[in-house]
Amino acid sequence: MKKLKLTVFLIALMIVYACGGGGSEQKSEQQSEQQAKEKDTPESIKQGKGIGEVKEVELTVELDDKMIERGREIYEMKCSSCHKLTDQRVVGPGFAGVTNRRKPEWIMNMITNVDMMLTEDPEAQKLLEECLTRMPNQNVKLEDARAILEFLRHNDMDKTGKKDQAIEI
Amino acid sequence: MNMKNKIQYGFWMLFLIAFTTSCDQKDSTKVVEGNAAEQAYVAPGEYDEYYAFLSGGYSGQITAYGLPSGRLLKEIPVFSQYPENGYGYSEETKPMLNSSYGFVPWDDSHHIELSQTEGEFDGRWLFVNGNNTPRIARVDLTTFETVEILEIPDVAGLHCAPFITENSEYLVSGTRFSVPIPQKDVPIDTYKENFKGLINYVSVDPEHGHMELAFQIEMPGYNYDLARNGKAVSHGWSFLTTYNSEQAHSLLEVNASQKDKDLMAIVNWKKAEEYMEQGKFTERQTSYYHNLIDESTGIAESKEQTLTKILNPKELPGMVYFIPVPKSPHGCDVDPTGEYIVGNGKLSADMSVYSFSKLMKAIEEENFDGDIDGIPIINYEAGLHGIVKKPGLGPLHTEFDGRGNAYTTFFISSEVVKWDVETKEILDRQPTFYSPGHLMIPGGETRKPDGKYLLAMNKITKDRYLPTGPELAHSAQLFDISGDKMKLILDFPTKGEPHYAQGIKADKIQPNAVKFYDIEANEHPYATLGEGKTKVERDGDEVHVYMTAMRSHLAPDNIEGFQVGDKVYFHVTNLEQDWDVPHGFAVQGATNAELLVMPGQTRTLLWEPKKVGVYAFYCTDFCSALHQEMSGYARVSPKGSDVPLKWGLNEELRNNQQAAHDFYDEAKATAEASK
Repeated sequence: MKKLKLTVFLIALMIVYACGGGGSEQKSEQQSEQQAKEKDTPESIKQGKGIGEVKEVELTVELDDKMIERGREIYEMKCSSCHKLTDQRVVGPGFAGVTNRRKPEWIMNMITNVDMMLTEDPEAQKLLEECLTRMPNQNVKLEDARAILEFLRHNDMDKTGKKDQAIEI
Repeated sequence: MNMKNKIQYGFWMLFLIAFTTSCDQKDSTKVVEGNAAEQAYVAPGEYDEYYAFLSGGYSGQITAYGLPSGRLLKEIPVFSQYPENGYGYSEETKPMLNSSYGFVPWDDSHHIELSQTEGEFDGRWLFVNGNNTPRIARVDLTTFETVEILEIPDVAGLHCAPFITENSEYLVSGTRFSVPIPQKDVPIDTYKENFKGLINYVSVDPEHGHMELAFQIEMPGYNYDLARNGKAVSHGWSFLTTYNSEQAHSLLEVNASQKDKDLMAIVNWKKAEEYMEQGKFTERQTSYYHNLIDESTGIAESKEQTLTKILNPKELPGMVYFIPVPKSPHGCDVDPTGEYIVGNGKLSADMSVYSFSKLMKAIEEENFDGDIDGIPIINYEAGLHGIVKKPGLGPLHTEFDGRGNAYTTFFISSEVVKWDVETKEILDRQPTFYSPGHLMIPGGETRKPDGKYLLAMNKITKDRYLPTGPELAHSAQLFDISGDKMKLILDFPTKGEPHYAQGIKADKIQPNAVKFYDIEANEHPYATLGEGKTKVERDGDEVHVYMTAMRSHLAPDNIEGFQVGDKVYFHVTNLEQDWDVPHGFAVQGATNAELLVMPGQTRTLLWEPKKVGVYAFYCTDFCSALHQEMSGYARVSPKGSDVPLKWGLNEELRNNQQAAHDFYDEAKATAEASK
């Protein structure tokens, strides 16, 4: 219980820090707000695609080597401080199996539209609750986010022997 | 002036100073009326309409304020080391402060000049002079960082600088103190025989803003004080006030104030350009430094220059003229049309306004009253537009509102006076608190002033604010000048001693603001472009730490194998790619400063551990909720110890060989597996 309280407190603290206000509403208000929110939840979030510029991603079964290399380059520079290629969580979640859990649109929106994802997408919010560090905006271009996705698919094949399982779900 | 007159004059001045400085706050409350607060109020979350850049005087820096709110936006380090962000301490920025005198970590910054295109501010660069070690600096207005410093050789006290021409062709400057050229060991009382002045033209590259000393004009040994360049009709000419035409070298406050008039130098720089093209210059060996930051690495490089090109007006006619100007002038300011030039004789009761077309006519007709060292002296009356009679005491500096009005500061009578340039009629006067030096109207020196506000920068503060012991912040006062009468709307303390300022509409700068440096464009030789590339390398006594910073950890954060006597270079790369996420770096026992590293940037701090032990390092900029956790340890062993060099983050420490190759091998293996 103590742990939970601490967690809730920390999350509240982070929200206050990130948004510069709020965080002390009554429970009932929170509930009704939540209900209202569910009504207004964008279709893309309900579909597990998150929210942002990326609406549909066409994947090919064959992986694109050029994209993998570009994706690896960006990953090493901008992502590897917090995300390992294994399933080990350090600052952020480990990447192994990510394309089996998340739809490609969700992954790319998380990379390119992180602030809105953390405000609106419940799955992203759950991860924030687990990791306690707000993922920074690394200003990755859409094209580069697509390359990172290809690199993550490749990494999933390497680490788990399968990829893109989230699409079939 | 005879002795008796002088004593009377001195008494009068003392009386006035005593009178003005003993004013209490009641006087100023009288001049504030109505909705003053509303006019200066910028609501929370709203932006100011103008940027104002104020020089810092003896701070050596520049401050950027928002107007009309008077909000301090940033202090930009220029000529002085700045431990707050490591400027002048980091390995990248140390060379910025190199000069022919060695590393000079301080200066006295005076006059701000914004770059111009067709006589209007274009919002690209800001130039400012260093007075004590003659230098001119350039600040990039997309990053608000000092990116270039050029020393000016063979001058002393570069006060008269760095005045810009209307297409930023040149920055004009003059020596404040004449000195022997080249420097030599001579008795001071051989001033008249040995001391000379120089007027300097620094060219500005229109694409990159890079500065180069184009030529210097050898002048009589006077004190060159302030300057302005012609604009529109008078483009191609420069006007510089001089004082001490008496050529005194001691007790200048008396001996340099003997003559009724000093001189204004008038330079035809287009003519000078022609002489340069014709090769009519002499070359002289000298020494001065040019320090420039490379945009892709962020590293400053110092280069010594050894040659200067001199033009001599004695041999080159039609290039330089003089005209008398009332006693010990300070500012000489050109109105927006370029036709009128105001000479502010600070010890004169009247102000002379010259007419450019009359000056040209006098030159054409050779209406001269003799010459000095071959430089013709234009007849005073022939060049005069008219005299502003008894406008106040101690006129220092004039700017314009673009509606035909001029505004002049009066130091001794402590006021700003508004007058009509054409008719020379005085229209309004308002007290300032106290004793203003320069004033600033945004765009006030350009062809198109923005005549809404006027900022007076005062030299004496006294009772304006809550006391802070003997040393007080200088005060500035903002006036609304949109109506017939000037209206005081704000009073705020400033940093250092602002001598001059320039103001510019925010929309000329705001859209170009750099928010972070693109990490992919970082070509710093010690950049660590990704946490997997962090490493520690030893080369003799030198140890290079390739470190990264990301919310909320430094990598590596445990390092062993340093030894007493090592020179440890922490090269910290900030991997963030978002606005307003600098990381700091400080390590205990560092005798220099901290680093602030902007997103995408690499900065280097030298650490020379003196004692055995384990020392903490940490991020100094509150970057995230877990900022307090952003820290690490460095283990220092005795010299010659066999503790191996090891480092790591959240894992067992690895040694040098392993770490250098592990990441590469891993990447290679996965690449191969995918084929």
